[in-house]
Amino acid sequence: MATEESASVMDDYETLISTTDVELLKRAWRNEKAAPEILQFESSLVQRIKEQIELAEQNVEISEANNIDPLTVSLYQMDLDRTQFLLRSYLRVRLQKIEKYLFYVLKTDEYLNRLSKQEQMFARRCTDDLGSHLDETVLAKLPDNYQSILKQSITSEEDDMVPVPRLDTFVICKAKQYLSGLDFEPEYSMEITEMERDLLTFVCYKFIKKPLENGKIDLV
Amino acid sequence: MAGQSDLNMSLFSPEEIEFMAEDELVEIVPNLRMDSLNFICGDYGPFHPQLAAQVPLWLAVALKKRGKCTIRPPQWMSTESLAQVLELERDSHAFQPLPFHYLEISRLLFDHAREDIPDMYMVRSLIEDIRDVRFHKVETNLEKFTASTVTWKNMSAMEVNIIRAFAGRALQAFYKHDNEQQAPDTDRMLDKQPQIPADRPKHNLKPR
Repeated sequence: MATEESASVMDDYETLISTTDVELLKRAWRNEKAAPEILQFESSLVQRIKEQIELAEQNVEISEANNIDPLTVSLYQMDLDRTQFLLRSYLRVRLQKIEKYLFYVLKTDEYLNRLSKQEQMFARRCTDDLGSHLDETVLAKLPDNYQSILKQSITSEEDDMVPVPRLDTFVICKAKQYLSGLDFEPEYSMEITEMERDLLTFVCYKFIKKPLENGKIDLV
Repeated sequence: MAGQSDLNMSLFSPEEIEFMAEDELVEIVPNLRMDSLNFICGDYGPFHPQLAAQVPLWLAVALKKRGKCTIRPPQWMSTESLAQVLELERDSHAFQPLPFHYLEISRLLFDHAREDIPDMYMVRSLIEDIRDVRFHKVETNLEKFTASTVTWKNMSAMEVNIIRAFAGRALQAFYKHDNEQQAPDTDRMLDKQPQIPADRPKHNLKPR
């Protein structure tokens, strides 16, 4: 006789082994869309998805050439389209974020390391282009003290013209398991002490940064 | 303007939410034979005529459009169960448990599988009523929250999405003003608002 507890353990186990890469990519996509800052690039997941997409593309081509039932082929094509959409959307959200926080990402090692090689290249080229564009159109025509891209004037102590991701943005999340105080940063122990499983919670992003990075929370 | 610039980026469009809902499983009764489909998103089938099978909604709709199956509406979409939910929904402040994507699923089924839904008009009007009652609750809830974290049991995807931008900014404002007195320097890093010190005195004029 299965008790309720062992049933829920079985549930977890079932979801664990049946979780497909598409499901993981969907999670990464949702989190990336909802989080105010750029998250760690899912390089191995993206690699696996790319391989599966290639394989599926080949399959569709071969099936078309071999006159396999067009209905089946069209269904495979739909599955392929959906996966490609997810992947594109995931990569695109990241590019938008990189563009938005360009200068900040480049001068912060922690963020820079979250980007893939290609994204880092994109960020550098984007900065160069944007930098020279702003220089030519505006900055070079301003008085000497006001020519920095990063600062309002040379008297500014910090880079006060660089947009910074706002970690105090509120996000909606759902814990995959019960979270106790230990799962959160001790810094925020006053604000957040626990989180029930599966309960939708509106919460300040920085409070849940740690469990999000540990995969215990999904953004919705 | 500060703080809302990334609104479009972080919001899910209704189409994207529908895309997610299309991965929910439904039961179909195929009328053709077809081998297993080994998709990137998982394996489904094999399919035999008159033998029910579980497939994602997008696949069900695709087969339905080509006349290859009937879709069995999920149990919660029966008139009895919906009528009960509506009654409870009206009587209580809490949200009744419905699938996270109940609106999208029912909408897709109404659009593509109307003849498979018994009492389709009744079901549709029940779901519309439930939706209205729930949206009204969402709105009244918005008047009430003040804390730094807010939880909702059983709120659905579309409902969450509707209040996301507004509630998010409201809570952020609460949070910011709450913390201003303790640590007046925390929001020096606001993006696109480099000259914070200039409007600081204004804040101090309104004691909370």
